[in-house]
Amino acid sequence: MTVSAIDLGRPAVRQQSLWRYWRGGLQGSEFTWAVAFIVPYVGVFCAFVIYPAFYGLWMGSNPALYSEVFSDPIYLNTVVNTLIFLAFGVNVKLFLALMLSGFFMRPGWWTKVLLLIFVLPWAVPALPTFISIHWMLNGEWGLVNNFIWIVFGADGPSWLNSRWLALGSAIFSHVWKWTPFWTVILLAGRMSIPQEIYDAAKVDGATGLRRFTDVTFPLLANLYLVLTLLATIFLLGDFNSVYFVTGGGPANSTHLLATLGVVRDMLELGKPQLGVAAVMSALPLLIPLVIILMRKLKTSEAQL
Amino acid sequence: MTTIAVDARRTSAPAARSSERMRRAARRWRYLTNAGAALVSVFLLVWTLTPIYNIVMVSLESEGDVAVTHLWPSPPSAESFWVVVTEGHWYLEAFWHQFGNSVYIAGMVTLLVLLIGSLTSFSISRMRIRNGWIITNAALLTYVIPASFLAIPFYLIMNRYGLNNNPWSVIAVLVTFATPYAIFIFQEYGRSIPLELDESARIDGASPLQIYVRIYLPLMAPALVAVGTYALLLAWNEYLYQFLLLSNDRSMTVAVALGKFLNSDVAPWNYMMATAIIYALPPLATYYAFRNRMSSGLTMGGVKG
Repeated sequence: MTVSAIDLGRPAVRQQSLWRYWRGGLQGSEFTWAVAFIVPYVGVFCAFVIYPAFYGLWMGSNPALYSEVFSDPIYLNTVVNTLIFLAFGVNVKLFLALMLSGFFMRPGWWTKVLLLIFVLPWAVPALPTFISIHWMLNGEWGLVNNFIWIVFGADGPSWLNSRWLALGSAIFSHVWKWTPFWTVILLAGRMSIPQEIYDAAKVDGATGLRRFTDVTFPLLANLYLVLTLLATIFLLGDFNSVYFVTGGGPANSTHLLATLGVVRDMLELGKPQLGVAAVMSALPLLIPLVIILMRKLKTSEAQL
Repeated sequence: MTTIAVDARRTSAPAARSSERMRRAARRWRYLTNAGAALVSVFLLVWTLTPIYNIVMVSLESEGDVAVTHLWPSPPSAESFWVVVTEGHWYLEAFWHQFGNSVYIAGMVTLLVLLIGSLTSFSISRMRIRNGWIITNAALLTYVIPASFLAIPFYLIMNRYGLNNNPWSVIAVLVTFATPYAIFIFQEYGRSIPLELDESARIDGASPLQIYVRIYLPLMAPALVAVGTYALLLAWNEYLYQFLLLSNDRSMTVAVALGKFLNSDVAPWNYMMATAIIYALPPLATYYAFRNRMSSGLTMGGVKG
């Protein structure tokens, strides 16, 4: 029962038959065609992935750079920010998405309409909404402090002038923007669980909370894990939510690695090597995540 | 026999009472969950719409009105939209030109992603070229690595070859990061098309190119639409590379122009928000128009933006 249930919840990759369609392999000109068809992608990959990647590795290969990077207090702040961002950003948005996907399983036209509205933050480009949040948080004329002034008659804090409030705002914006996306994915995951499993569980007495802990979550666990890894990796490379909401300020205290490397090191200080080194310091975390994720994606790609 | 009947009659009264109690409990439970759902709905609406409301509000303000304490512009005016579409502010001098740049880049990226992605997955999964899995893995790796990590070396390389301010440098990088997703989806979707079709065409003497054009592409149409939408949105919404590579007024896109607004000291916020709304409408319309085509399994790729 459990095994078949898991299999149903996670449609396995269809067995690739060893039967070769072009029997006897590709012949003569066919092989040339096949090669010609992959040449464009191989060209793109070599020119725009391999070349920049190796160029970056070469730029960051000087060990002296790293002593400069690690003695930079702003870099150390950035590492702390990144860890906080990862701990809260990833978990809050995925947990919210898991709960909300259950909410959106409710029947009725209202839920469908609400879902259409709810995906707006994801459907709208990042730029306008992040700029809007930036202005909302303006200490003097922003919507948030206007609201606090009108309702409570008090001055709100100047959100973007303190490191922790600013970082919190950036995390909030990130969660606001990306929760709908993960909700839609988890909703699809929930919908792929067949109703019969719930019916069977009901007969066995699993209702209410146990329905979730004993049926839904075990079936979604693998998907949830893959999404956590993916969200972590994408968040490591996040640029927009910090760049537009806090601009890395106040006093460069809310940077993430990507904004630190690009904006501060390359554009402001004119030291691109330093930026590459800062970004590359994420590789010890990134590479294991990528390896685990690639393995996971191969076993469960049909579900994504 | 009779005793059982008697028993049944004797127990029926408490049973009816308990079932009545259960029904009442169930009704109470339903009220509670409905109230909870209503609360969650209200919270979600406020949560989702507040930043969007803020854009609309600021864009409807007239020029001197931005720096005032209020929650609704009085009176709302569409003046800033008019200023944007007539390019009536020195920040917006090249607005339609920049809009055209955005359209051009998004269109080219979409075409190239569809072409390169479909050719590659045809060769790998239909013609089964030997060692095709290496390319599949390379694509997956590119999909997984954050694009911003390659930004600095990419920028320096483009500078070295004098390709900054050239839209093709942006097109190249966007194609690079969108094609892996295309390959991934095309291979998944292609499994539903029977290989026998290709085989019979081949026996009839069709060349691989003919099979690709006459059989593969028409049957892949739904996947092409989904991936095309994805590539279009990705190219239109992307900021970092456009910001680094396109810096002069004639070559930049709307996204870069918006970012430039933000960094100036005397940003006219109402014009900026009006620009932002005009910029956001095309992708929004595209998304809602093709929403159903980008079926659940195909939403995966929207992560990168």
